[in-house]
Amino acid sequence: MSQGAANVAAYVAAQREQAPALPAFGTPSLDASRAQALESLCQLGLPSQRDEDWKYTSTRAITRAAFTPAVAGAPCPGEFVSQTTIDGLDAWRLVFADGFWQPELSLLDDLPKGVQISGLGQSLGSEPQRIAALLGSALGQTPHGFIAMNSAFIGDGALIEIAPDTRVDKPIELLFISGCSGEGFLSLPRNLVVMGAGSQATVIERHVSLADERLLSNSVSELILADNASLNYQGVQQVAPRGFHVGGMFARLGRSARLQATTVTMSGALVRNDALVNLDDEGGFASLDGLYLAFGRSHVDNHTHITHNAPHCVSREHYKGVLGDRGHAVFHGRIVVQPGAQKTDSVQNNQNLLLSADAEIDTKPQLEIYADDVKCAHGATVGQLDETAVFYLMSRGIDRQAARRMLTQAFAADVLNRIELPALRSYLEAQAVQRLSPEQVRESES
Amino acid sequence: MLKISKLTVTVDGKTILNGLDLEVGPGEVHAIMGPNGSGKSTLANVIAGREGYQVTGGSVSFLGQDLLSLAPEKRAREGVFLAFQYPVEIPGVANVYLLKEAVNATRQHRGEEKLDAMDFLKLVREKLKLLQMKEEFLYRSVNEGFSGGEKKRNEIFQMAMLEPRLAVLDETDSGLDIDALKVVAGGVNALRSPDRSVILVTHYQRLLDYIVPDRVHVLAGGRIVRSGDKRLALELEAQGYGWVESDPSAVSAA
Ligand SMILES: Nc1ncnc2c1ncn2[C@@H]1O[C@H](COP(=O)(O)OP(=O)(O)O)[C@@H](O)[C@H]1O
Ligand SMILES: [Mg+2]
Repeated sequence: MSQGAANVAAYVAAQREQAPALPAFGTPSLDASRAQALESLCQLGLPSQRDEDWKYTSTRAITRAAFTPAVAGAPCPGEFVSQTTIDGLDAWRLVFADGFWQPELSLLDDLPKGVQISGLGQSLGSEPQRIAALLGSALGQTPHGFIAMNSAFIGDGALIEIAPDTRVDKPIELLFISGCSGEGFLSLPRNLVVMGAGSQATVIERHVSLADERLLSNSVSELILADNASLNYQGVQQVAPRGFHVGGMFARLGRSARLQATTVTMSGALVRNDALVNLDDEGGFASLDGLYLAFGRSHVDNHTHITHNAPHCVSREHYKGVLGDRGHAVFHGRIVVQPGAQKTDSVQNNQNLLLSADAEIDTKPQLEIYADDVKCAHGATVGQLDETAVFYLMSRGIDRQAARRMLTQAFAADVLNRIELPALRSYLEAQAVQRLSPEQVRESES
Repeated sequence: MLKISKLTVTVDGKTILNGLDLEVGPGEVHAIMGPNGSGKSTLANVIAGREGYQVTGGSVSFLGQDLLSLAPEKRAREGVFLAFQYPVEIPGVANVYLLKEAVNATRQHRGEEKLDAMDFLKLVREKLKLLQMKEEFLYRSVNEGFSGGEKKRNEIFQMAMLEPRLAVLDETDSGLDIDALKVVAGGVNALRSPDRSVILVTHYQRLLDYIVPDRVHVLAGGRIVRSGDKRLALELEAQGYGWVESDPSAVSAA
């Protein structure tokens, strides 16, 4: 066993024990891919700071004691779901307890023709071959051990399939609740969104914690967009202060397909988001926006990786972070322009606001350009609040604390303003305001 | 209203104001003129409470209070308003939001109820009309992408909303075309009342055709070197500032 493997022994053992009970066990292709993922997990181990892609993020808080993979059946309190819902959001909703679909808490009535939404486990049961063939197709090479772990345990999650030329007129909300099995458990949801040619949809993927406990969610979403498909994908992490979340979004875009993804991280002891996008055919457009708040001892790591595999594609990245207390954030934006991907147009932008002297940001662009006729721009800023603006507001009668808060909210608002769903936007604005309470924007010392 | 005695201010160890005296009575409009770099903005900023200016001597009393001991927001709530020479752009903060927070902070300070949405809107509309501004302006970010003239007009609009006791206008006239200048002057004149005072910092006499001052002062060498009525401004316009710049001490001795 390699060095890395030591920290995965418990997970490997758990997988071997659980495998026969996983949905569609006995489907040869799926058995093989789970076994292969398990093998990768053994080889890769869980990442450490020796891995270039985890250089600034220590996983020791996660690896120091293994989590127990949750099994289906944990109760999920309905009242928690109603407390957690987004006011005024008219959506189809799937609720998951520690990664397992809860049909009785879900809202899927009157789905229009051409729209299939269900639990992945259920669909694997009924159509194992077809679904198994789709799984992993947006993933490419497994980037790190957490993803391998998720693939080894593929069982439940959300399956969304939109037929060609179908426009879904309501958003689809996936609500993942961690902690239903109690402290120390791990949830491993796997989601698959398949957008037919010319289809349109909006999906919200929200991760919340039932209680402030030591929990881990390790979630992977695959998004497959056929030609001209258009998907708005809104990721939201509201993880408890002691909770951990590792999430991956893997997207493949066909000709002239559009992906507009937003990732909003409100809280969590450690949140790592991998967003990997492949622009596979001409005319594709991908925009990745992000807002991360890191207060207390929170650590938030956003890792984006956009590959232009074809000419005439556009990618945009706009990530903003607000860091206070001893918060630490990482932004790593990798853009690869493959040979032949001429006329690539790519802009990456990362801006950070540091509210305390102890907050820390590591921001790293990584451009790998193998075509010659391209336009690629990137920029990163790290700054404090503008004291001239603080004084301007104070000179209008607003106290220093309130002025700092107004400016901080304004900084964050620009990402939230890009969210098209009004109900989700106002909800996130309110959540951000709450997070950016006077106490959070106070000066560390003065 | 305002009494400044022997005010000495340094910036980064450099003395900018050096024993400045100035008294502004209720209802009065005073113009302060002077060459570039003579310390006009320094005086305005010290009155408003901006950081970075060290008051090393003298005193400023406003309505009988020691103004220098108050935090900037307290000064504003007590009725001091500074129209900035260079208004600050604040992306993401809508004008209407700033105004609501500012108006209510001042009202709370006075022990008054916050304005409800209806009354606030009524007040805003009245003042927009005064400054000939469109309502859509309210929802734009504070000064962001504004032309120089729009920024200055916005300062006066904020002043109209806050109805201060003492308004200090720092070169509000620079960069305004003649129509905008008239509108801005109209806004200031509308505020004039027996219990409000205005200090106009300006470089040009032009503004004083529209806002007629009670007193005109020349600031040079860190203090007021000459004071007079509105005719002094005309004289300065004709002569320029060469005479104070060449030998300020000679003037102050005169
Ligand atoms: N914040 C500051 N930092 C350094 N020097 C300053 C600052 N503010 C003003 N000064 C200096 O003080 C002097 C007076 O400036 P100012 O008050 O802006 O003059 P005015 O408004 O009359 O043109 C100038 O020499 C200027 O360079
Ligand atoms: Mg000036």
